[in-house]
Amino acid sequence: MSMEEVLPVLVVLAKCVFAVAFVMQIVPLLIWAERKGSAYIQDRPGPNRAHILGIRAGGHVHSLTDVVKLIMKEDIVPGHVNWFYWFIAPVVAMTIALSTFVVVPFGDYLTIMGHKIDLRVSEIDGGLLYVLAMTSLGVYGIMLAGWASNNKFSLLGGLRSSAQMVSYELAMGLSAAVIFLMAGSVSLRDIVDAQIVGWAPNGTFLNWNVFSVPGAIAFVLFWTAAFAETNRTPFDLPEGEAELVAGYHTEYSSLRFALFFMAEYANMIVAAAVTTTLFFGGFSTGLPFVDGAFLREHADLVLAVIGLGAVPPLLAFSAIAWKRRNRDFYKALSADDIRHREPRFFAALWGGLAVVHLGLGVAGLAGIPTSVLGVELGGDLVALAVHMTAFSLKVLFGCWFFIWVRWTIVRFRYDQLMNLGWKRMLPLALANLFLAALWIIVKETMLA
Amino acid sequence: MALPVPSRKMTTIESAYLLEVVKGLVLTISHVIKNIFDPDHFRTIEYPDMKKPMAVRYRGAHRLLTRPDGKVKCVACMCCPTVCPAKCITIIAGEDPDDPAEKFPVEFDIDMLRCIYCGFCVEACPKDAIRMDTRIYEINAYTRQDMVHNKSYMVNLMEGKKPEAEDVYRANPSTAPAGYTFDEKPIP
Repeated sequence: MSMEEVLPVLVVLAKCVFAVAFVMQIVPLLIWAERKGSAYIQDRPGPNRAHILGIRAGGHVHSLTDVVKLIMKEDIVPGHVNWFYWFIAPVVAMTIALSTFVVVPFGDYLTIMGHKIDLRVSEIDGGLLYVLAMTSLGVYGIMLAGWASNNKFSLLGGLRSSAQMVSYELAMGLSAAVIFLMAGSVSLRDIVDAQIVGWAPNGTFLNWNVFSVPGAIAFVLFWTAAFAETNRTPFDLPEGEAELVAGYHTEYSSLRFALFFMAEYANMIVAAAVTTTLFFGGFSTGLPFVDGAFLREHADLVLAVIGLGAVPPLLAFSAIAWKRRNRDFYKALSADDIRHREPRFFAALWGGLAVVHLGLGVAGLAGIPTSVLGVELGGDLVALAVHMTAFSLKVLFGCWFFIWVRWTIVRFRYDQLMNLGWKRMLPLALANLFLAALWIIVKETMLA
Repeated sequence: MALPVPSRKMTTIESAYLLEVVKGLVLTISHVIKNIFDPDHFRTIEYPDMKKPMAVRYRGAHRLLTRPDGKVKCVACMCCPTVCPAKCITIIAGEDPDDPAEKFPVEFDIDMLRCIYCGFCVEACPKDAIRMDTRIYEINAYTRQDMVHNKSYMVNLMEGKKPEAEDVYRANPSTAPAGYTFDEKPIP
């Protein structure tokens, strides 16, 4: 087989690995953010005991020990479960959570050996429809678990979950329909491209869908429905522990529980990624005139700006880490305690990153990307890095928003949940759809 | 029976819910930002590394005091096991061969698993032989037998350490409890 034949296969495989890795790498980060964020919201220090060779890394080590614990624990299979459905339920939950990500674009394109590669795993045109379909399927994992667990509380949890998802799917779909209308396409890539151009200069954040009247209303509705779809507080009734023990995953232990746990976080990441794509311009940078063409044309300049711009904050982080040696905590430790290494380690880490960025900046000034890698590849790589960073930052902020809301708002009662979904959000979403149609007509007649 | 809760009708803005959510989010993020920039102000004491300063008169593990010649002050009068509400003190008395007029404790055991740290033994002691001013509260062992503190353990408990309460009382005698006599042989 020639390289020409192998390349497309390799590219697809690489993109698949990337999609799974992107989601699965954020999951431990989110578990950490959930713990540390909730602690800081409640004025506690949060996880800070576990350490590897004295490096506590602000509680990141706890996520690692969690994984080890979940792997080592006994996998209990209760005698009364409907075993086939019970076994596949966590797999279904996790698979669907991961496979939703495949249509989300995380960059514009990359040219390798003359092939223009679209930076999303699957190039299907009905991307948004696929997302809506897969998020609807997500309820199956929970339903199967609740039913197959064969006990009252799990069944009630699964039941609540399906009722909730069916109710909120309507408002979610109608909000997404607003975006169909505004972009004129259901391909997520087209939706992102439509948000880069607009009345403001190319790439400006003002072109994003969320900065138009119907788009803003649709965003609020979509985001609220996303909380219900991912079963996060304030809509986490399927696992309302005060009433239902742990809801649908009561009977699960060990890695099976871990799959449900990771699926919840993977769903959050996917919901944040889809919301980013629909309302916040996907991978677009949000800066005036900075679009894909600009990044490719000025690759050296962009790299220099990023590299040199990151140096002062990184040095500041390094100084802060170094100053933390003087905290009361380190003074209370005995002189030979291994944890005294930590401030030095982090000062060195941030300092090292500053040096790396300085190197990148100098490389940009010297014109390395275009002269060594070639104009095409150098520009593509710089554009990819910038787009990926913009996309990841937006997704991470979305995920943080899920956590932030969880530790702010109390859980809804079941009837309040249904009232909100059917009596408020559905009519609002319908009205917003008409508003969006009107908005587009007015805009087009004004422009014409 | 549930008490009637005074209810208030929500205003239109409150029942729209969205503004109230934003207010809540602002409140929680303000805590996060404050805690990121000032991580030292938490009330949490990171226990094994940092310890709460105990009150001057905190009743910790018992210690037995000694006379200048090194013998324990205790004369085995049995006041403390008599007054002890938890019945945790066991004294076996013996004749002191050097001074036949005095008794001394051959064994002096306190079962720390039974002790309720009431301090009655300290108050009952006519010889100021037992005190609870060590401020040691980490009293633990792997076996029940090890939780019984014996005479030599309690005599040597503050070996090399000066009881901090003693320092405070010496510096400012008015803070000392009524009838407190200073240790004749300050531990170096």
